[in-house]
Amino acid sequence: MPDTRVPAIPASQITPEAVYRRRRELIGVGLASPLLALAGCSEAKAPLAPNLPKDSPDGFRTNDVQTRFADASSYNNFYEFGTGKADPAKTAHTLRTKPWVLVVGGEAEITGGFHLEHLIKEQRIEDRIYRLRCVEGWSMVIPWQGIPLAALLKRFKPTSKAKYVAFTTLADDEQMPGLAYASIDWPYREGLRIDEAMHPLTLLATGMYGKPLPNQNGAPLRLVVPWKYGFKSIKSIVRIDFTEKMPPTSWNTLQPEEYGFFSNVNPAVDHPRWSQATERRIAGTESKLFARRIPTLPFNGYARQVAHLYKGMDLRRWY
Amino acid sequence: MVLSRIDWRWFGLKAVAHALALAPALWLLWRAGHDALGADPVAALTHGTGDWALRLLLLCLAMTPLRQLIGRPWPIRFRRLLGLYAFFYASLHLAVYLLLDLGTYWAQLGADILKRPFITVGFTAWLLLLPLALTSTQAMMRRLKKNWQRLHRLVYVAAVLTVLHFWWLVKSDIREPLLYAALLAVLLGWRVFYRRKAAMAGRSR
Repeated sequence: MPDTRVPAIPASQITPEAVYRRRRELIGVGLASPLLALAGCSEAKAPLAPNLPKDSPDGFRTNDVQTRFADASSYNNFYEFGTGKADPAKTAHTLRTKPWVLVVGGEAEITGGFHLEHLIKEQRIEDRIYRLRCVEGWSMVIPWQGIPLAALLKRFKPTSKAKYVAFTTLADDEQMPGLAYASIDWPYREGLRIDEAMHPLTLLATGMYGKPLPNQNGAPLRLVVPWKYGFKSIKSIVRIDFTEKMPPTSWNTLQPEEYGFFSNVNPAVDHPRWSQATERRIAGTESKLFARRIPTLPFNGYARQVAHLYKGMDLRRWY
Repeated sequence: MVLSRIDWRWFGLKAVAHALALAPALWLLWRAGHDALGADPVAALTHGTGDWALRLLLLCLAMTPLRQLIGRPWPIRFRRLLGLYAFFYASLHLAVYLLLDLGTYWAQLGADILKRPFITVGFTAWLLLLPLALTSTQAMMRRLKKNWQRLHRLVYVAAVLTVLHFWWLVKSDIREPLLYAALLAVLLGWRVFYRRKAAMAGRSR
């Protein structure tokens, strides 16, 4: 059982942000120098000027160059439809998104099964343009349509015991060919702390690029949490549970050393097997063959909106 | 006439082998030029060149067992060609990673090679293949004599590291690296089996 208590760490023990940010350069340069000599380079090239995001103050809309719909809908990690990134676009047509029942359970006054259409009808659909950073080191910029998760959750009147929100993806052999192989202990599960779930940036998407969500992108209802690695943004949700304890999540269960519960985008905390310092941005209409890597930003560029949620937490431990 | 000394049958077969070995590279290049490699072309090129390096390396390692199985020498004629193409794809793989993926982030390269086991292992495999490619000529074979074969046993280490490199990079679906690991195990296992058999036959004689 994961430790659910948020640690209280005295401020004196926290590395000042300026030092923390520079550590990566220092480590990088130190490690690189012998090899740079080998490669015939005399000095480390300074990273390119960081792509300071030109976002609206609330973070709802970024002005970063957007990803093409064709790219966002053909390059997906949705293992229920195959582990290759081109697989879901080919196989997800078997997903039946209507009718869709969302089951709500746990620590809330109102629970039960609800028809998605009825739930959505009473909500105002809002637009968001978010960066999406995959834990594998690539990123996209996607215009979403959906409802703030908080608006929906509040309707179920979560009790004071609701400290976390757990999400579950559909797991149906008939509709999902990828389930035949246990790449994950199905069904796929994700979770958020209640304050993360209630944050205005957290979106339940029903569409993208002004169209209904393609099946491969998680139709008819998916989560979008832009400051966390993409796998937190769980697709094709059939169940939402309010819980008192930190719920188990799929990637954390599979590889606890590699994927934490929080999984906030953090260039200073590497995946054990690869660096998270930079990313390949898949955006624009030109070929991405010669596109340069860009630096990854803390909280994927949403630090201003969400950093306060993690005040006092050692983000190296709570990765 | 000089022409008459060329064995046209072998010439034709070798030409076909070259064409087949080059085809994946040309196909990747064509798709790269037509923006047909999907959303993340750098990843597609990295994976495509890496896959073919591994496949050709395993095919190269299959030539000796094939010769022993069928009792004819012709598979050996393709061994060097396949080995060199494996090295060619491994070099493309490394070049794509260095030039297209990392680009100007040389600092990350140093950290990657030292800190990431799967990159350390992949880079080591390429380093081991390098001297094998350099000493693949007839002249080097003659010059190194017995040491040539000793040196070229490094290919077994390189193959194991290559499979490990693939295994360590996947997130959860190990089916593909498992398949290559199984093929490699068969190819290496065969050698152990064949040696034992040969040794026993020698003793009983």
